Amino acid sequence: MKSSKVFPLCILIGLVIGVQVVTQLTDKTFYLTQLTMAAYYTLVVIGLSVLMGYAGQISIGHAGFFAIGGYLSAALTTHNLVSLQTHPFIQALGSMGMLIPGQDLYGEQLLTVAPWPACLFALAVAAVVALVLGVPVLKLKGHYLAMATLGFGIIIFRIGLATEFFGEADGISEVPAFVLLPSLAGLPALSVSGDFGHRIENYYIAWGLLVLGMVLLLNLIDSRTGRALRSIHGSEEAAEAIGINTARLKLAVFVLSAVFAAIAGVFLTHYNGGIGPSEASVMKSVRYVALVAVGGMANLWGVLIMGVTLTFLSLRGVFGSYDDAVFGTILILVMLFAPDGILSIRGKALLARFKKENA
Amino acid sequence: MTPELFFQYLFAGITYGIMYAIVAIGFNIIYNTTGIINFAQGEFVMLGGMISISLLQFMPLPLAVVCAVIITMLVGALIEMIFIRWLDNPSVLRLIIITIGLSILMREVALHIWDESIRSLPYFYGNEITTIGIGPVRISPQVLWVIGVCGVVVIGLSLFFKITPLGREMRACSANRTAAILCGINTRNMVTFSFMLSAGIGALAGCVMSPITYTQYDSGTALAIKGFTVAILGGLGNSMGAVAAGLLLGILEAYSVAVVPLAFQDAISIAILLIILFVRPHGLFGSSEAARLTEF
Repeated sequence: MKSSKVFPLCILIGLVIGVQVVTQLTDKTFYLTQLTMAAYYTLVVIGLSVLMGYAGQISIGHAGFFAIGGYLSAALTTHNLVSLQTHPFIQALGSMGMLIPGQDLYGEQLLTVAPWPACLFALAVAAVVALVLGVPVLKLKGHYLAMATLGFGIIIFRIGLATEFFGEADGISEVPAFVLLPSLAGLPALSVSGDFGHRIENYYIAWGLLVLGMVLLLNLIDSRTGRALRSIHGSEEAAEAIGINTARLKLAVFVLSAVFAAIAGVFLTHYNGGIGPSEASVMKSVRYVALVAVGGMANLWGVLIMGVTLTFLSLRGVFGSYDDAVFGTILILVMLFAPDGILSIRGKALLARFKKENA
Repeated sequence: MTPELFFQYLFAGITYGIMYAIVAIGFNIIYNTTGIINFAQGEFVMLGGMISISLLQFMPLPLAVVCAVIITMLVGALIEMIFIRWLDNPSVLRLIIITIGLSILMREVALHIWDESIRSLPYFYGNEITTIGIGPVRISPQVLWVIGVCGVVVIGLSLFFKITPLGREMRACSANRTAAILCGINTRNMVTFSFMLSAGIGALAGCVMSPITYTQYDSGTALAIKGFTVAILGGLGNSMGAVAAGLLLGILEAYSVAVVPLAFQDAISIAILLIILFVRPHGLFGSSEAARLTEF
């Protein structure tokens, strides 16, 4: 990695640690809860940024992928399999160590899928759905693509809302903690859960994941593939003409961004201990698109900063009952006056001054 | 399924199908002059219903509907002038996002004006239980109103675009913008007119369907999605196609209730849309070449 990329990452990591230490010292660790959630939502947004900003393909259905991840891992880790215990398939799963026995509050026997296999299964399903959907959908352009992805999001929303397995309008609650690493060599176990005792550790898990995602995406867009992606955004015909397999590349990025959304879905669901149909709603998808637009589309750092800031403020309830209205207004203002994102306003002025001084 | 039930479903499907078609025609008008899909189209429908319900306290029903349509037209024109008129060569992505933002904003404003309660206009003729018998089935007179209004809108629009100078200028603008400018047509004004026209048609639809479907601050979104589905099915910009596609979708939806749970109804109609998009991206009745150059 080039030092120009390592430096901002170091600042980010420093900030993450700094915020944790400051909240610890000022006894305001409750802020970490919303910061953790904001990090997960931003993971969706940076994935979408590569799809929208770099590959130039809009998706108003990413809440659908988030929901696939969240709902599947929640359903698998809470659904009691005791009545199916004798089924050969369930026994095979059990012998592979993929099931966890337990007891509920009333002493009933429980047998559920362990979080790790559930997580991997959910991610695999999200990837396959993205692949199957992406092949026909990404042939569409403009309004048709927007509509098709919007339609996909609504179908997922409806399935969550109408299926008993996914808890219908109530969603799924009492999702167990996700033990990432069992306790090893005296170190405590690392688990994703909303427990107050795990607050700091979860903050670092979420932000670690986000930093990891950033590293991955920054490297991706700076590679041959990244340049190819930008050429698609510029002109798909020209990209074809210089020998880029545009269909395959668009599909790959679509699947990648879907998996990012699904990872965020899995982790946030375990962190919140539940998921409801509102996570799959159209408004959520629109919000992700809004955050990408506000951050400047093809500007991962801008998207990260605006994503975390606005999501954090929204989760803190700063906007009150005007939450959606604020997002709508920001969306319109940014698209009218600064289609390259809020940060571009300062950036352009600085760049102009820099050029003048060097001239 | 008994024959009575069969026809009853058929008429339910036709009613909803016609409503979708009117919304779709609203989409088409703006698309034809600007190439924009106005994602806030459903909000015009909601505004029409809401404003007429509020005005009903001060004036008789026909006047309330007329005023609601005029006010919504002004809102449509205002929105175009404030948010779209002065943009220089905006990209499709930018316009999609702006109109999505507008739809959120209009919905939220409506929420703070009219709160969350569900309202409706009274039936234009009779009341909830008045029915008219057509052969073996009984339908509400409001259904005839919906069908009548749709007929008037479609015929009125085609006359407007064929006969009036303004209509011809709008068609010229959709056929070839540069040529239209060279002929001395103010294309920007045409875009404003198209927003006014489509807002007015949306509002009118919102008024006539309000007694049947009820009106709530967020009822526009679902209608917009259905309307857009129909607009694409019929081929974007093709109003007669929209009517045919609307009827098709409405009837399919009505019969789907007999097979799958009601909760999946929306999912079914959107799945149909996706399949048709994949197989025939320019719609059932549209040809890819004539996608933009259509007679209204």
